[in-house]
Amino acid sequence: MNLQDFVFYSLASVVVIAALGVITLRNPVHSALLLVLAFVTSSGLWLLLEAEFLAIVLILVYVGAVMVLFLFVVMMLDINLDRMREGFWKWFPFGAILALIMTGEIGIVLMSKQFGPENIQIPVSKSVDYSNTKELGQLLYTDYVYAFELSAVILLVAMVAAIAITLRYRTDKKSSNVSKQVAASREKRLKVISIPAERKE
Amino acid sequence: MDSLQPLFEQLFGSEWGGPLFLLIKNLLLILAIVIPLLLAVAYLTFAERKIIAYMQVRVGPNRVTFFDIPWLRGWGQPIADAVKAIMKEIIIPTGANKFLFLLAPVLAIGPALAAWAVVPFSPELVLADINAGLLYILAMTSLGVYGVIIAGWASNSKYAFLGAMRSAAQVVSYELAMGFALVCVLMMSSSLNLGDIVAGQQGGSFLNWYLIPLFPMFLVYFISGVAETNRAPFDVAEGESEIVAGFHVDYSGMAFTVFFLAEYANMILVATLASIMFLGGWLPPVDIAPFNLIPGMVWLLLKIAFMLFFFLWFRATFPRYRYDQIMRLGWKVFIPLTLVWIVVLGMVMQLPEVVRQSFPLNLWFN
Repeated sequence: MNLQDFVFYSLASVVVIAALGVITLRNPVHSALLLVLAFVTSSGLWLLLEAEFLAIVLILVYVGAVMVLFLFVVMMLDINLDRMREGFWKWFPFGAILALIMTGEIGIVLMSKQFGPENIQIPVSKSVDYSNTKELGQLLYTDYVYAFELSAVILLVAMVAAIAITLRYRTDKKSSNVSKQVAASREKRLKVISIPAERKE
Repeated sequence: MDSLQPLFEQLFGSEWGGPLFLLIKNLLLILAIVIPLLLAVAYLTFAERKIIAYMQVRVGPNRVTFFDIPWLRGWGQPIADAVKAIMKEIIIPTGANKFLFLLAPVLAIGPALAAWAVVPFSPELVLADINAGLLYILAMTSLGVYGVIIAGWASNSKYAFLGAMRSAAQVVSYELAMGFALVCVLMMSSSLNLGDIVAGQQGGSFLNWYLIPLFPMFLVYFISGVAETNRAPFDVAEGESEIVAGFHVDYSGMAFTVFFLAEYANMILVATLASIMFLGGWLPPVDIAPFNLIPGMVWLLLKIAFMLFFFLWFRATFPRYRYDQIMRLGWKVFIPLTLVWIVVLGMVMQLPEVVRQSFPLNLWFN
């Protein structure tokens, strides 16, 4: 066992334990934090594969943005665990069948010849100045440009839809119009009237 | 130092000797960065108290001195504060989640220090000269918010929780504007490596710095940086007039001090990145005799100090933003501005070669 194996097995075991914790722990905040741990350690695994762009983007997008908002929501929810456990056994057979089907499907894909160890090339380690950010960018904007733009449009539609769902025009709400405030000037609002001084007799 | 490597390989075998040597060497290098950084943090707190005091026509700390030297009066204050903080008891509130309560300060300071790994102090002086340096910095600064959120939740207190919620929403909003501003920098330099970004600003004088073509982005980056570090006037996460002290209201002693250190380390980091990406890093303002004789690191430190002064100046000058104003500034002003600037920059980069090689565009696109 050399250093690389040691790092791989320690990171991999942390990922597995954290992922198990995500689905078994009772406190949803603890689950979310363990999911963060799983993301961070899998990004370590990607660094081992010399995929530094993907590893850093995983941290930046999932840990730095998605999970922050996720935690934000989970912390504010008042989750009643007893209520959630109701009907567990009633739905258990259905869930078990779904899980079995999914495991089977994943198994069929992974066991196929295509993914066998003899079909996967041994990765060549790249030189120091090799930048896989540049390579990825080149591929995304040339060979896969339509797929890339299509996914961007789908995300945009989802974003617009999410905002449209939460948008309500409330009339009872008090809010200030900042551009109106900034545009206000003395001339429009203030009238200076000259009043002649009066003498008290 | 590299001559010690064979010794390690003899002692621990060729398989483990090399990695172990690298580990120890890098730990020493990390200490060489972190210890001056923490000293800088300590004296930044002193500078803040002194500068704000003079701005408010006060004197500031002027008692603690070293060896009774009269002109050092006040300079012992940060050391005295640190000693006091270490001696204090860390109180863990009943009903708090003990593990997360103690983990939160660690999560706050960890990313603040880790980001320094890729910061170049001079052309040769950088711990990790990686290609994705800018991305790494963005990733690390985005992790800092966990310390605040977990602190707020684990304290089991409403004030702390409100502070954490405010901070989370604010940091996530301003991260977008900050990221887009940095995208402009990497478009100009066509590199994610911080050393290459500084090298791209070379060319004789301050006219070549990215400050000039990207001036609005510099403002966006710096103001977002102030918001990201939860400093005044964006310090609603602490907001002592409404929510006591926000997310760290239940922290005491060293646990509180670690949050404090993280905030100041992040301030220095934002100032350093602004100097590297917009103010030419270690390059002198004019590349002629008296200026270019001064070592590059001195120029970098001067620029950092200059940017840090703005943080303190802001705090002494501006009243705190209202929360809806913070959100408006982030989402409705900065993000559209950066998006437009990215498109404009892209169009300039697509101009014919002849136009790009003519004045003034040849200063920045080479």
